Amino acid sequence: MSDRKYTKEHEWIEVSGSEATIGISDYAQDQLGDVVYVDLPDVGREVEKGAEAAVIESVKAASEVYAPASGEVTARNDALDDNPALVNESAEGDGWFYRMKLSDPSQLDDLMDADAYAKFLETLD
Amino acid sequence: MSAETDETVQKTPLNDLHRALGGRMVPFAGYDMPVQFDGIMAEHTHTRASAGLFDVSHMGQVRLVGANADAALESLIPSNMRELKSGKQRYSMFLNDAGGILDDLMITRRDDDLLLVVNAACKDADIAHLQAAMPADVAVVPMPERALIALQGPQAVAVLAGLIPGVDDLTFMTAGGFTWDGADLWISRSGYTGEDGCEISVPEGRVAAFAEALLADDRVKPIGLGARDSLRLEAGLCLYGHDIDTTTSPVEANLVWAMQKRRREAGDFPGGRRILAEIASGPSRRRVGLKPEGRAPIREGAAILDGDGQNVGRITSGGFGPSVGAPVAMGYVASALAEPGTALFAEQRGKSLPMQVVAMPFAPHNYKR
Repeated sequence: MSDRKYTKEHEWIEVSGSEATIGISDYAQDQLGDVVYVDLPDVGREVEKGAEAAVIESVKAASEVYAPASGEVTARNDALDDNPALVNESAEGDGWFYRMKLSDPSQLDDLMDADAYAKFLETLD
Repeated sequence: MSAETDETVQKTPLNDLHRALGGRMVPFAGYDMPVQFDGIMAEHTHTRASAGLFDVSHMGQVRLVGANADAALESLIPSNMRELKSGKQRYSMFLNDAGGILDDLMITRRDDDLLLVVNAACKDADIAHLQAAMPADVAVVPMPERALIALQGPQAVAVLAGLIPGVDDLTFMTAGGFTWDGADLWISRSGYTGEDGCEISVPEGRVAAFAEALLADDRVKPIGLGARDSLRLEAGLCLYGHDIDTTTSPVEANLVWAMQKRRREAGDFPGGRRILAEIASGPSRRRVGLKPEGRAPIREGAAILDGDGQNVGRITSGGFGPSVGAPVAMGYVASALAEPGTALFAEQRGKSLPMQVVAMPFAPHNYKR
């Protein structure tokens, strides 16, 4: 049973132990198209819920990726440096962006679970 | 309300086909246009390898009719028109009195007129500009009844020749009239991708059937505006409103090749004094190709810095070049820094990204001259 949560800005976050992993949803990668570069936050950086944490570049444009919660970055997915297309191939798996130590786990309470996110996507088109 | 509501967004005659083909539609220059079908990367590489079909019906097609049309048009542009022979095409630009570029365009002389193709976003202004400038004996005739498509790529002309015998006799920047299934077509061997290929003017009522006939060939796939932009950027071609505009002169933009000798010597065009001075003593800035050293694309608007951190220019187009396999950009830099090999930096998202001035195009042109 996954406790993965989603934001309306199409980021996902999943808590495991003291760390949370963050990425973008499969819907988001499909909307962006071919990903050619991901500007990930450095380890040690403090990110704040709702503020820009990463930038994803498709062929056409740059898009900001916001932090779904506040915390300190503990790891970045170095595999995206050499193979940014991982985001298209596996947005919710191997194409994860970064991990962080949450400063306030209760910030996840108002995010959507997978079912709620699926319903939210139905309202978009 | 924005200007892009359903009431005001225009559709080309291929709109239904774009939707049927799964095109992701976006508003562009007042038109509902496909930005992509299969994906920008796949469409880009397909065009360079085979043949890509583009809807460019949003662009303006305008006839100038009258014995003096060539001389009259020369009053607005810095290129030779009087010497242009029937069936020959030429690139040029409308200039303002300050020598800035109002629009860039293609001009073909036909037996009975000059055929102009102008940018979608500029076409109303261009038509008004022409109507104000043309003498009474030159008619300005917009052609909203004609669609325009482009078939680009190494297989493009072979595909077309299968439907339209003789089209392969055209060479780069020449054009002629043809028929397909009773429809009269005007075909030029030119385009906006750096590849061989043609642009085809088709009666609006027949363009969907013609496009479907082309798409029935396995070598042809539909291409959206996204790949159109990445293809032209790799080819080093300017996008109006970005790489050239009313603040840039043809000399700064490295488009002096479009000004033939008679006009360059006479300077008898809008902004002639500035442009001749820039040719003689060099412009203060130049449009150059820029190759970022890292993998991050550098986007339009980024400031260009020299090694001392001084602002020396601005990126005007930038993105990922799928055929280059790396980011590519163009922009304007101070003339002293315009030599290929010059090391510069782009400031983006608080970082200083190293890049180098390079000769364009980024991907070689494959024109059939």
